Amino acid sequence: MRLPAPELKAAVRRTLRAIDPTLILAEEISADEVMFTVDKRGIVAALRALAAEPALSLNMLSTITAIDHLLLARRPRFDVVYQLYSLEHGHRLRLKAPVEADEPAIDSVCELWSGANFMEREVYDMFGIEFPGHPNLERILMPENWQGHPLRKDFPIGGSPSFYYKHATGEYTGEPDDLVPRIRVQEGDI
Amino acid sequence: MVLSEKASRPPWRVEAELAGADKLRPAEYDGALARTLDEVIGWCRQNALWPVTMGLACCAIEMMATAAARYDLARFGAEVFRASPRQADLLIVAGWVSKKMAPVVRRVYDQMTEPKWVIAMGACASCGGMHNIYSVLQGVDQIVPVDVYVPGCPPRPEALLYGLLKLQRKIEHSRQAWR
Repeated sequence: MRLPAPELKAAVRRTLRAIDPTLILAEEISADEVMFTVDKRGIVAALRALAAEPALSLNMLSTITAIDHLLLARRPRFDVVYQLYSLEHGHRLRLKAPVEADEPAIDSVCELWSGANFMEREVYDMFGIEFPGHPNLERILMPENWQGHPLRKDFPIGGSPSFYYKHATGEYTGEPDDLVPRIRVQEGDI
Repeated sequence: MVLSEKASRPPWRVEAELAGADKLRPAEYDGALARTLDEVIGWCRQNALWPVTMGLACCAIEMMATAAARYDLARFGAEVFRASPRQADLLIVAGWVSKKMAPVVRRVYDQMTEPKWVIAMGACASCGGMHNIYSVLQGVDQIVPVDVYVPGCPPRPEALLYGLLKLQRKIEHSRQAWR
């Protein structure tokens, strides 16, 4: 029975509070999607309980990804995001676990889902977040001897330098004249 | 190729320059036999260019379309795409080459036997295309010597055929290393 968003949020809150009252850091409904921010220390227990609960039965891990909040100057810097789906009921849930920047690490969920193996390798490759308990934490997209983690916001985009015409000086240099600043660094923005 | 284009061709030296031949046949040559052999061998090589499969990305779809029934590549000599580089003499790099794939492309090129030519198909193989980024090689000519660049994203089958024909003109006017 697919629960609408408010009921789903209440059910998830009940389940997570039963494990540990301090586990939930934030909860939100946005565009009919339910999102919880949980403490990274209890992430494996939370995911196991959410999969075992009969009314929720969030037993499919759709994806694991991460967000780098460097340009928003938010601490902790990273968020590891788990997208869950219920095969019996059909509802979806998003779990975010903040991870700090120095020595970023969060427990691996490979013991719950084998499919998390490659997903965590991709997060490690792109963001540098370690997963203790992972059987084979290596780079998966970039070459083995690559230095750096490309999806971090301080990693350069790379490629060859661009040449755009500058009307003021009449020469061909870097970015185009009317490039709108893409990234806003204000607190509380976005 | 349109008939009118063949009818009004410039003299072979000018056309060879335009085709980008690396080594032109000089007028003062070492004998009529050498000249004839160059022409004959050049004709044989240009009309039997067998490509090796290096369809890396979206350009591979257009390469397949070019090899299919409507824009037949086989009628120009590219009869069959050989999977083994030892049996091929043309490397059509179709698609972007990531830096992880670059040593593989180079190895396939090294395993091809002489004489061999390379067509960089599409914007990504020519210069990195729209992927001006850390993981994509900005042009396959950074690792292999390219003879013909075919622009497009992806190039139409007619464009790839035109590139193949330009390569055939280049081979026709080159000195063949048969000695």
